[in-house]
Amino acid sequence: MPIARSLRGIGSRVVNGVWRIGYATRFFLMILRYSGPSFRRFHLTVKEMFSSGVMSLIIILVAGMFVGMVLGLQGYETLKRYGSESALGSLVALSLVRELGPVLAALLFASRAGSAMTAEIGLMKATEQIAAMEMMAVNPIARVIAPRFWAGVISMPLLASLFSAMGVFGGYVVGVVLIGVDEGSFWSQMQDSVDFNHDILNGLIKSLVFGVAVTVIALFEGYDAPPTAEGVSGATTRTVVESSLAILILDFILTAFMFRGD
Amino acid sequence: MERTALDLWVGAFVVTGIAALVVLALKVGNLSTYNVSDTYQLTAYFTNVGGLKPTASVRSAGVLVGRVTEIKLDVDRYEAKVSMSIDTRYKFPKDTFANIQTAGLLGENYIGLLPGGEEQMLKSGEVFKKTQSAMVLEDLIGQFIYGKPDGKSASSK
Repeated sequence: MPIARSLRGIGSRVVNGVWRIGYATRFFLMILRYSGPSFRRFHLTVKEMFSSGVMSLIIILVAGMFVGMVLGLQGYETLKRYGSESALGSLVALSLVRELGPVLAALLFASRAGSAMTAEIGLMKATEQIAAMEMMAVNPIARVIAPRFWAGVISMPLLASLFSAMGVFGGYVVGVVLIGVDEGSFWSQMQDSVDFNHDILNGLIKSLVFGVAVTVIALFEGYDAPPTAEGVSGATTRTVVESSLAILILDFILTAFMFRGD
Repeated sequence: MERTALDLWVGAFVVTGIAALVVLALKVGNLSTYNVSDTYQLTAYFTNVGGLKPTASVRSAGVLVGRVTEIKLDVDRYEAKVSMSIDTRYKFPKDTFANIQTAGLLGENYIGLLPGGEEQMLKSGEVFKKTQSAMVLEDLIGQFIYGKPDGKSASSK
């Protein structure tokens, strides 16, 4: 009965998918419920902020600089056709603050810090450190998972702001210093078009949402990984794939709500 | 790594992150031009606001004197009611002319104030009597093609 078999295949995939979503949601709620210690013993969170936030700084700063420089070059090439090179500042700043800063910083964060989180937690589980904690009546979610979650959620907006600021600087270097766009109109057009509430605050909200999504996916994949070498490597790959997709899909949804053409 | 070195790095990271946000807000965004001091409210009616948006600037002689706070349609007059907050340091005569202008050919719309000669000044909540609407490029082209302006599409009042 090939039809019945393929139907069974579809059914088991759907059930599995729903089960995983439900498990991940419960996992997220557990993190929120047991996040007291990550603030009472804040040095736990600070330690994780070092490994996820500070260690991602170099890649974020360099990538932001180069993305800004590319935007400066490409934007100049296009704007030159309409004789409006002076709008280069607002083009660079708006694209960075609204979209590229939060999205690219989150993608880099997912591959730099999210994969490390998954591998670390998956290995902790494979070497039965998590089971050992439970034996000692230490809640592993409160002690291991929640500090990493909050470290990621706090680091993400800071990294996105740094990315955007470096990008604007990169656009300035290429546009004003190298090509010679007028410096006054570069900054004044930028300030005219970038609104604090509408653009910068919405970008921050985006990066906060991405931070939550990336860390929850990374931690869940690590916590759920089969305790084998293959299982951990597969979970790390899934973290990067799933969080990148989640970032891009969430970005579309958030953009649709935030910038409805008004 | 030692606890103090760790704290130092994380502290530096948080401070630079917040500094980047402040730079974005003040240097890239328009937060530095928000609410520089106390403001008072003035209103103007336009038959067409064109591309004017809330937070657009209000300028007199090219100097920033305030911001547009709200734009809505007044259904009694079927005209756009534009509210703006003006810096209290600047007072304008009662016969000040408010018109919607464009920065450059494709730039942002803003409100330009052209002071008249009257002695009495506009007080908070009062209305500009003389306004001129946005210049709509299509109307201008239409007038140019069909010779004389035909009243209906004229956007000034």
